[in-house]
Amino acid sequence: MLQFLLKRLALVIPAFFGVTLLTFALIHLIPGDPVLLMAGERGIAPERHEELRREMGLDRPMVIQYLHYIGGVFQGDLGKSLISKKPVMEEFLTLFPATIELSLCAMIFAVTIGLPAGILAAVRRGTVFDHSVMAVSLTGYSMPIFWWGLLLILLFSVQLGWTPVSGRISALYWVDTVTGFMLIDSLLSDEAGAFTSAVRHLILPSIVLGTIPLAVIARMTRSATLEVLREDYIRTARAKGLSPMRVIGLHALRNALIPVITVIGLQVGVLLAGAILTETIFAWPGVGKWLVESIGRRDYPAVQGGILLVATVVILVNLVVDILYGVINPRIRHTR
Amino acid sequence: MNKMLAAAAGLALSAIAVGAQGKTLVFCSEGSPEGFNPQLFTAGTTFDASSRQVYDGLVQFERGTTNIMPGLAESWTVSDDGLVYTFNLRKGVKFHSSEGFTPSRDFNADDVVFSFERQWKPDNPYHKVSGGTYEYFNGMSMPDLLKEIEKVDDYTVRFHLNRPEAPFIANLGMDFASILSAEYADAMLAAGTPEVIDLEPIGTGPFQFAAYQKDAVIRYQGFEDYWQGKPAIDKLVFSITPDASVRYAKLKAGECHVMPYPNPADLKAMADEADINLMQQEGLNVGYLAFNVEKKPFDNREVRQALNMAINKEAIIEAVFQGAGTVAKNPIPPTIWSYNEATVDYPYDPEKAKQMLADAGYPDGFETNIWAMPVQRPYNPNARRMAEMIQADWAKVGVKADIVTYEWGEYLKRSKDGEHDTVLLGWTGDNGDPDNFLAVLLGCDGVGGSNRARWCYQPFEDLIQQAKVVSDQAERTKLYEQAQLVFKEEAPWVTVAHSVVFKPIRKEVIDFRIDPFGGHPFYGVDLAE
Repeated sequence: MLQFLLKRLALVIPAFFGVTLLTFALIHLIPGDPVLLMAGERGIAPERHEELRREMGLDRPMVIQYLHYIGGVFQGDLGKSLISKKPVMEEFLTLFPATIELSLCAMIFAVTIGLPAGILAAVRRGTVFDHSVMAVSLTGYSMPIFWWGLLLILLFSVQLGWTPVSGRISALYWVDTVTGFMLIDSLLSDEAGAFTSAVRHLILPSIVLGTIPLAVIARMTRSATLEVLREDYIRTARAKGLSPMRVIGLHALRNALIPVITVIGLQVGVLLAGAILTETIFAWPGVGKWLVESIGRRDYPAVQGGILLVATVVILVNLVVDILYGVINPRIRHTR
Repeated sequence: MNKMLAAAAGLALSAIAVGAQGKTLVFCSEGSPEGFNPQLFTAGTTFDASSRQVYDGLVQFERGTTNIMPGLAESWTVSDDGLVYTFNLRKGVKFHSSEGFTPSRDFNADDVVFSFERQWKPDNPYHKVSGGTYEYFNGMSMPDLLKEIEKVDDYTVRFHLNRPEAPFIANLGMDFASILSAEYADAMLAAGTPEVIDLEPIGTGPFQFAAYQKDAVIRYQGFEDYWQGKPAIDKLVFSITPDASVRYAKLKAGECHVMPYPNPADLKAMADEADINLMQQEGLNVGYLAFNVEKKPFDNREVRQALNMAINKEAIIEAVFQGAGTVAKNPIPPTIWSYNEATVDYPYDPEKAKQMLADAGYPDGFETNIWAMPVQRPYNPNARRMAEMIQADWAKVGVKADIVTYEWGEYLKRSKDGEHDTVLLGWTGDNGDPDNFLAVLLGCDGVGGSNRARWCYQPFEDLIQQAKVVSDQAERTKLYEQAQLVFKEEAPWVTVAHSVVFKPIRKEVIDFRIDPFGGHPFYGVDLAE
């Protein structure tokens, strides 16, 4: 097991370097000068332009800039945003809880609906239920997030008035930031109703962000379960006279879960990518929106640092998933 | 009890309540501020969140106009040579307080001196704090203009200038000229946390900063001791909502009262909405096509006039602005004083244009290029489309134009260097002074800079230079009116459009006025019970 762990960890290091190099190269490849963009039509005197570029460290050769950046990363310093002049790490940490909160809720939504739907569809293969689950999940998978979000807002928030349109909590509550997680902060504040408001604000964005993972999970669960149900040991289990609940819940599910967990792990990346659109639609103050804005302003340190941190999270989650199915499936941890 | 009511309101769907907790006005702002010190930044979003609620200047603009009136300075006098401005400061003006700071004195001359010297003097202890680059202060040439700022006594400050400059007073009404508390700055410097003054602003303005959650919400409390009287609304909340369709949905659902920058496509529906009042006004901007007069054949006035006549502006406004724009005939927008109503624009007349081109020696037309901006701006929401329409219009008179575009930073730089034949660009005013358009965009000093036509015409230059040194507004108005006629006759630009700014607000909002500077100050606004 230890060897397995070390092997996985060793793979993380090149991935990490790849990410730093790739983001650095990509953001510097897009044409655009943050100083010129900041000045706009108003323009800026050439001397002042040079001075500002020097202050931002943009006058040095690319390689030096990269080495400087990597050097900082190893000391845990991601640099300062060119725009707000605040440390990138600090900006990231203020915004990241909002993204985690939303992603977690979206994931819970996707898993609690996707898993049972997939299993049921597999068990009742060929029935109307199966076909509808597959049709709905195919639609969900191909849903343009932006359009889907607006559609839900127009229906549930504007027409029916069931949920709020956007934001994390009603403007009525002045909740102080303690943990950055609105669900917790609203409970900690002594304002009655704040928690309910926070929950209500989470419903639509979670559904929108969770739609694609939900579709993927449902389809994956179905096909994995179908495969397992064809196995000899399932027939044996049935022949032994075990109840269908036990056959499916105990024997089938545990084995069907392996590919499903892989997919759930991979969906974390999808979630963070989807968060960019979802956060924009629902005015959700997370890292996705911040990254997009930073790219537009060519805020190099913010983009590099932000993507690096997000990538680190994705790498870590996948590492945990790898380890997890080592735990679930002994064959994986024993393979050399 | 209040909390119970609040909870009930929270549960009773999303509408925002007036009553239990006092009046709360919610503004669905379009983005996050870069910070809370207007000296450090240039974006309107930042000014909305800072100077326009929290701070005051020595002078201010009358609500909804570009007229200057006294602010923290009760009155001022200008010396005969136009070089010395003496300000008499208002007494009894209170600063806000915060958890970390309680002011011990009222506003006085030290605050004025500090606010300008921080931006001006590299040896000021605050000059480098928060990475200060003071783009606006520099952009308005304040370092060249200022000779000395002298504190005469606690309530008198004198500004000595290097040259007479009539628009100087208007500059003091701008956001970068907001007055910060010197006492607060000293206290934070002593505490070793000078950057706090840029994050937790303390001003003399109508709203006191309460809290900011990045990318989510900004909260303000009405300031009880405001020198012009306590604001009618008790709380002001900025609910940051970057997507225009979502802002509109929030406005409809009653989650906010005022929203900026609606989608042009939504305007019709907004006008029909019973709960929404759709306000509109011309923006403080101009979108233009500049001819590079240093290049042939644009050095020829007849050619420039002919090309003006060849363009169907009405069609462009219709297609590009979808109703959110008006045809421009002058280089300054109609909301600026001295706008010349008498100017006659070139009529759309392709036949005559063709004739004039032939007379000028181009019977078969010529080849040229049109530069189109890669970005959306208020004065030009779709430059590419505009360029295509101009291209088609010019083709009808025999002029073949290629459309050229670059990345925005590159575009600005290359057009500054004069690489273009003709270029689409525009300008949004800073201080509401005609000088800010005419001298910046068309003056001889601007060649190689913001004067994209590279047009330096002595009769015009004389008029605008003269208008800079006289301080009497009536006299300046005459000079600028004349300058606009000269400009039109010489035609260094095609003046294309002024945008129309739309501001959808909910019916319960009382006395909201569109700010010609494009800002959203909320003092003076009330909510119906």
